[in-house]
Amino acid sequence: MTQQQITENWVKPYGDTMNDGRVQLSFTLPVALDENAKEAARQLALEMGLDEPAVVHAEDMGQGFSFCVLYGQCKHRVDLSRIKVAKPEFETLDKDAINALIAEKMGRKMVVVGACIETDAHTVGIDAIMNMKGYNGHKGLESYHEVRAINMGAQVDSEELVARAIEEQADVILVSQVVTQKNIHLDNLTRLSDLLEAEGIRDRVILVVGGPRISHELAKELGYDAGFGTKSYAEDVASFAIHEWTKRHAV
Amino acid sequence: MTRLNLDQGQIDRARESARRIAHRVFDDMSQFTTTTVERATLRLMGVDGVDDNQIPLPNRLVSHLQELGLLQHGAAAVVAGAMAEHNLTAQQVAEAVAAGKLVLARPKHDKAARQSAEAIAAKMCDHIAAQRVLRAQQIEKVGEARTPWLYLIVATGNIYEDIVQARAAAEQGADIVAVIRSTGQSLLDYVPYGATTEGFGGTYATQENFRLMRAALDEVGTKIGRYIRLTNYCSGLCMPEIAAMGAMERLDMMLNDSMYGIIFRDINMKRTFIDQFFSRTVNAYAGIIINTGEDNYLTTADAFDAAHTVLASQLINEQFAYISGLKPDQMGLGHAFEINPDLENGFLWEVAHAQLVRQVFPEACLKYMPPTKHMTGNIFRGHIQDALFNVVSTLTGQNIHLLGMMTEAIHTPFIQDRFLAIQNAKYVFGTMRDLHDEVEFRAGGRIESRAQQVLAETVGILAEIEKIGLPAAIGRGTFADISRTMDGGKGLDGVIAKSADYYNPFPDLMLAGVN
Repeated sequence: MTQQQITENWVKPYGDTMNDGRVQLSFTLPVALDENAKEAARQLALEMGLDEPAVVHAEDMGQGFSFCVLYGQCKHRVDLSRIKVAKPEFETLDKDAINALIAEKMGRKMVVVGACIETDAHTVGIDAIMNMKGYNGHKGLESYHEVRAINMGAQVDSEELVARAIEEQADVILVSQVVTQKNIHLDNLTRLSDLLEAEGIRDRVILVVGGPRISHELAKELGYDAGFGTKSYAEDVASFAIHEWTKRHAV
Repeated sequence: MTRLNLDQGQIDRARESARRIAHRVFDDMSQFTTTTVERATLRLMGVDGVDDNQIPLPNRLVSHLQELGLLQHGAAAVVAGAMAEHNLTAQQVAEAVAAGKLVLARPKHDKAARQSAEAIAAKMCDHIAAQRVLRAQQIEKVGEARTPWLYLIVATGNIYEDIVQARAAAEQGADIVAVIRSTGQSLLDYVPYGATTEGFGGTYATQENFRLMRAALDEVGTKIGRYIRLTNYCSGLCMPEIAAMGAMERLDMMLNDSMYGIIFRDINMKRTFIDQFFSRTVNAYAGIIINTGEDNYLTTADAFDAAHTVLASQLINEQFAYISGLKPDQMGLGHAFEINPDLENGFLWEVAHAQLVRQVFPEACLKYMPPTKHMTGNIFRGHIQDALFNVVSTLTGQNIHLLGMMTEAIHTPFIQDRFLAIQNAKYVFGTMRDLHDEVEFRAGGRIESRAQQVLAETVGILAEIEKIGLPAAIGRGTFADISRTMDGGKGLDGVIAKSADYYNPFPDLMLAGVN
């Protein structure tokens, strides 16, 4: 058995000198400001693994709260060579290439049904990916002539979304979740995937979730095919979708 | 005061178009009532509480009337008739109906029933008028901040935790506290009952929550010597009921747009137009400042390209507000600082838009919203974006200033996020207090030309809307690039054609009270 040699690549924060570990942080302590409160902030930073912490600013916020700004030197380091982040494996193509690929591989339009589900009232994410206009100069799926994009908007019940997906024979279900308070998005997303399983169509659709607090890793954990966070555009989602569709239909 | 040179004739033309647009909608809609208008009427007559299944009694009573085909006559006289006949209070009538012990019918003495309904309504109007006087007295006694008023949001999901945060915010300098509603309340066709301790993204708008927060803000306001205004959300499927509750509990502001629900919550158009009229009448009478939602258009449409749709919508909102008896200083017409920061001279265009709105609505209590769409999670850049927003607000004399949070797009604000936001605003407002008196807009310069262009586009789009009517214009996606139809959306089943003898004592009493 051969032992593969991994080249270690340790990294820690950089201030103005390599490996100085300098970081800044700020937080509130639920106590009125006095010298003890400042010392408490300093000791907390020590506990967090910061050497030579300094409380550079502390201010009383009223009602028994204090705001502190600190600098310190991070004791810890990590080995970059051992890091492996889950991300969907596909190449992001441009709109024309995606359209051409859909035409070639599917020979028909790809049907994408999207919604921001359950109580979440924010259309901003699903609109950015699906609406004609798109976001930040990246046109949305409605503008792709090889995609039939159905944007159901926000506050859509999972049942309603699944029913529409069945009716439209969706290839892709695109879900947006913006509100994450008390992890409500996890409940909502689990509910949807359970429902798809119960209807027996989970394997027939490509299930994708997006949102500012969504990562691909989280999406996989929840049983989704892919997850997209901030700075994702229609072409990222569409590229993944056609890549995944092709993979599943490879003979 | 430095001013842009604008064509008053264009402003008048735009306003005249908006007036005709709003009146046409009002005329078309005045033949209908809705379930929530009738529930609000019952609440104002004293019906409250829930049954064993947590269904509010106003809903039970209105469903009962609807099943019997009586709702078209208006709930007020039918219930007043039953009160007289059985010697019960409105609440007791509701309880008896909910328990299946009483079946309502048309009053035997219709005229007497109306008179007694009117007497009950007049008593409630007296209560609301007294709340209005109490507000004025409180402001007189403890004082109030100068504008722009700092508007802060609390959203813990627990009203008692909200109170802790609201008090801290007030101590730090907030002038207005808005209690965010639980996600999804806009689509509930009833108003939940009691104090909320476990909401998602906020607490429910309930009468008990209103009462608890009002008491807390009165207390902290007295302590710090500044009246703290309380805001909630009079929107969604229960607009009229929330207005009624807010009027009874002395809220000071309500988010209350004539089109927001249609566009952003896919609530039926008829339902919204009818509900907004009744709710605004109540708000007008209660001395509540409404906040309109044009800022939201710019979260979906482009803030530069769609600037004229904001002004057009504000003019329409203004006319709807006049119909309901609202005065200009109760009109918190909304707009926002949402131009893409990467756009060259974007700040100039923000100044142009904000100053244009200021001059078109010189007496309105304008509400200016901070950047949200282009906030990235880079809190340091976000803090600068908010500072620039603060500059425009003070420079152009905005009234209600919603504080921007550098952690926008990351999480609901931490206590220090609010603290830093207030510090930022106070710094800018203080250091630039009289800047607006010292600088002039260059005649024919970029800012003035931009404002003139937006105004001209507004005249054009309003003329177009007037030609096809507001519903058709919404159908074309005129606002926020979102299209809705007359018979689409939620809540159409709650729209009921009034019979010829329909009666509701509140609109007349309240409109007479404000004029």
